[in-house]
Amino acid sequence: MSEVAKDVRSSSSSNPLLTAIVTVPSSIVLSALVVLFFLIAAIVPSVLSTHSAFDTDLLSSLTPPAADHWLGTDEIGRDLYSRIVWGTRGSLLIGLGAMAVALAGATVLGFTAALAPRWVAEPVNRILEILLAFPTLLLALLFVALLGPSATSLLISVGLGTTPGYARLIRAQTLKVKQSGYVEAARALGHSWQTVFIQHIAPNAFRPLVGLVALGIGQSVVWASGLSFLGLGVAPPSPEWGALLEAGKANITVAWWLEIFPGLAIVLVALSFTQIGQYIQDLAEGNTR
Amino acid sequence: MTTESETSIPIIDKPAAGKKLLEVRGLNIWFTGQNGERKHVVRGVDLELRAGQCIALVGESGSGKSVTARSLVGLVGDNAIISADTLALEGETLLGRPDSWWRRVRGARIGFILQDALVSLDPLRPVGKEIDEALWLHAWGTSHTRREKVLQTLTQVGVPEPELRARQRPGELSGGLRQRALIASAIALHPDIVIADEPTTALDVTVQAQVLSVLKQMLGRGTSVILISHDLAVVAKLADVILVMQGGEIVEAGPSGQVLGEPQHPYTQQLIDAIPSEHTKGSRLSARGGVFTHQLFAPPSKPFSGNESPLLEARNVVKSFRGPDGVRRTVVKSVSFTLGRGETLGIVGESGSGKSTLARIALSLEKPDSGEVRFLGEAWSNATSAEQLKIRRSIAVVYQDPLSSFDPRWRVSRILTDAIALGDPKHARRARERAAELLETVGLTAAHLDQWPLRMSGGQRQRVAIARAIATNPEVIVLDEAVSALDVSVQAQILDLLSDLQTQLGISYLFISHDLGVIHHMSDRVLVMQNGVAVEQGNADEVFYSPCHSYTQKLLESLPRLEYARLRLAASSR
Repeated sequence: MSEVAKDVRSSSSSNPLLTAIVTVPSSIVLSALVVLFFLIAAIVPSVLSTHSAFDTDLLSSLTPPAADHWLGTDEIGRDLYSRIVWGTRGSLLIGLGAMAVALAGATVLGFTAALAPRWVAEPVNRILEILLAFPTLLLALLFVALLGPSATSLLISVGLGTTPGYARLIRAQTLKVKQSGYVEAARALGHSWQTVFIQHIAPNAFRPLVGLVALGIGQSVVWASGLSFLGLGVAPPSPEWGALLEAGKANITVAWWLEIFPGLAIVLVALSFTQIGQYIQDLAEGNTR
Repeated sequence: MTTESETSIPIIDKPAAGKKLLEVRGLNIWFTGQNGERKHVVRGVDLELRAGQCIALVGESGSGKSVTARSLVGLVGDNAIISADTLALEGETLLGRPDSWWRRVRGARIGFILQDALVSLDPLRPVGKEIDEALWLHAWGTSHTRREKVLQTLTQVGVPEPELRARQRPGELSGGLRQRALIASAIALHPDIVIADEPTTALDVTVQAQVLSVLKQMLGRGTSVILISHDLAVVAKLADVILVMQGGEIVEAGPSGQVLGEPQHPYTQQLIDAIPSEHTKGSRLSARGGVFTHQLFAPPSKPFSGNESPLLEARNVVKSFRGPDGVRRTVVKSVSFTLGRGETLGIVGESGSGKSTLARIALSLEKPDSGEVRFLGEAWSNATSAEQLKIRRSIAVVYQDPLSSFDPRWRVSRILTDAIALGDPKHARRARERAAELLETVGLTAAHLDQWPLRMSGGQRQRVAIARAIATNPEVIVLDEAVSALDVSVQAQILDLLSDLQTQLGISYLFISHDLGVIHHMSDRVLVMQNGVAVEQGNADEVFYSPCHSYTQKLLESLPRLEYARLRLAASSR
């Protein structure tokens, strides 16, 4: 860290983030490559896929991984590798969307719980505590039950399911920043509460969340796939990863690859986002104090 | 005594000095950084400690005094390289000793007292156990005799009701008792040598006096003491020999009366001159020149006229808080004061006296339960927040810890331009230019604009904080322990800067400090607080020279003063 610090001082106008990128550990580079692969898969799947995701080929059904079908085929001969590639968009979108929903909800609830007058903040707080008592999956299930199974409802459900945790975090950060010396100094200087909030409280309360967002995307992908696997999200003909798992479980005794590879995709995405999130978080903390 | 001989070997011409306990010749210590570069922190230190003697290592932070002391108990750390011609305890070398050897020495032959008892003592263990463990580690006695010994040691360091105190945890003891318990654990085995690293630094002045008397008694019983301190006045009370350190080197050494009375080295002279006290009032403390205010500030708007209402006026301010135990405590009890234009009102008191709460009320960051503070005759503490916003620009604040008062995402330029835009919107367009002028006013340069406060020194940060405070052209600045965390020579510069700004800009100060010397140096009038009550208030010289209230008298008696050393020297030389 001290090396980075020195560089920052010598070229004080350059972005400290840029300087730090030069000294990135290899695990982060690897994670970034994985994320890049899946991002390409999500945006232009045709570049990476070898077959169509939906073309059936009954002659080569349930073939194990081989040269022409890298990750094997399913019971009606669809190429698994291509299905995973084509399913990326759905899975990632649900992950990103769920994170966005969670963040939006958590921001409103977290700031309210920390800054609103007591008679508003206290009930919000109690509700958050009650919601936190439910496991995330159970909470998401509840919302799916209310909204009906579909990609959109999956996104909203996972988002709402993870909201209470983030809300509590934002609340705690806000309370901490609110009591900090610089907030008091800004008030003493004569800034209005609104300015203090925009200039100091909001950005500083969000600072540690930057890393958590990346972490949360990976997590959301896992939750969403889990729900799809239970048959509560995207239905099987779609190549969404959870749906792939759900479809493959009927043949698990004869075709292990149908469960292993989609599972691996989920693990890789979650792990990479977590690694990157963790790294950003460390970077942000090292940059402050 | 020539300048050359001072830098080599301390001459100890004390006839009573007993046998040689510690001998250090040519001690060098380097620290290895993460990147493998070496930092030379102690350079060629020589010292000698004889039985029954007290030597003091004096210097500012980073002078190498603590590292030197730690090398005598083998606690310098793994990343340090130590070399010395001689480093011996009663003839046995201390170099290259294994940990097991050090464990037998520490406590038994050399006791080590650290600065902060709250950190050094295990918070979950009764202090009696702590002392008991020191004995047990060295296989001293049986559990029964150890118990006796614990109580005896606690009595020895002046802890009342030792049986009760031995069962209490550090958190349940007051600062003074805690520090004495720590001393007890260090001297339980009657080590010949006790090293005390800033033993009174975190303590209130009355508590400091108690701890110093305990150390004095130890000396009387024949224990040798190595005292490490930045406070020359504390050192003057105890030390036979003073070694002044700067940048890892001993720049001056000699009998304490001589070093303090006729300092030879300019650095020693500078350290002594930098101490604020009643004698320095109205004079400069640092060798640095004055500052220029660039004529960028409006001259004091209205000259003070007798019938004008005071800038700040507090009337019977009362404030209470509910503690964690649910009990309501009144921390400020009906305090009144006035602050006139261009004047400095010093508020002095020990920790918990309510002076910081009073400052927050004066800043309208806290609303008083009853009573009020008025600004130029207008409602201030009890005004609506919209009205307060207008007045806020006229009342600035500087805190003890400037770093925490800066947003960690902001560089110096942003910190200042933000305040400038707030003070006078018409400056906003050339805010950066003005920020540079402000920095020059407080003794920094425009080059500091792009710095992160985190990477600046304590003195520089405090200068930035002062620059921010004057950016809005305030009439009053509340200084809440603003110089308390600074080294004495930096403190001297900051105090000079504040004086200069006051003369040139006509700002009034509400100066809050626990340090009586600083308060006397800066203040026109003084308010003494004890347990939330303003026990005495009046002209600074009157309060300090003829205090009426018993608490003020007690405070002043407890204050170690350098003048005693000077007087003693004068008397002995006659």
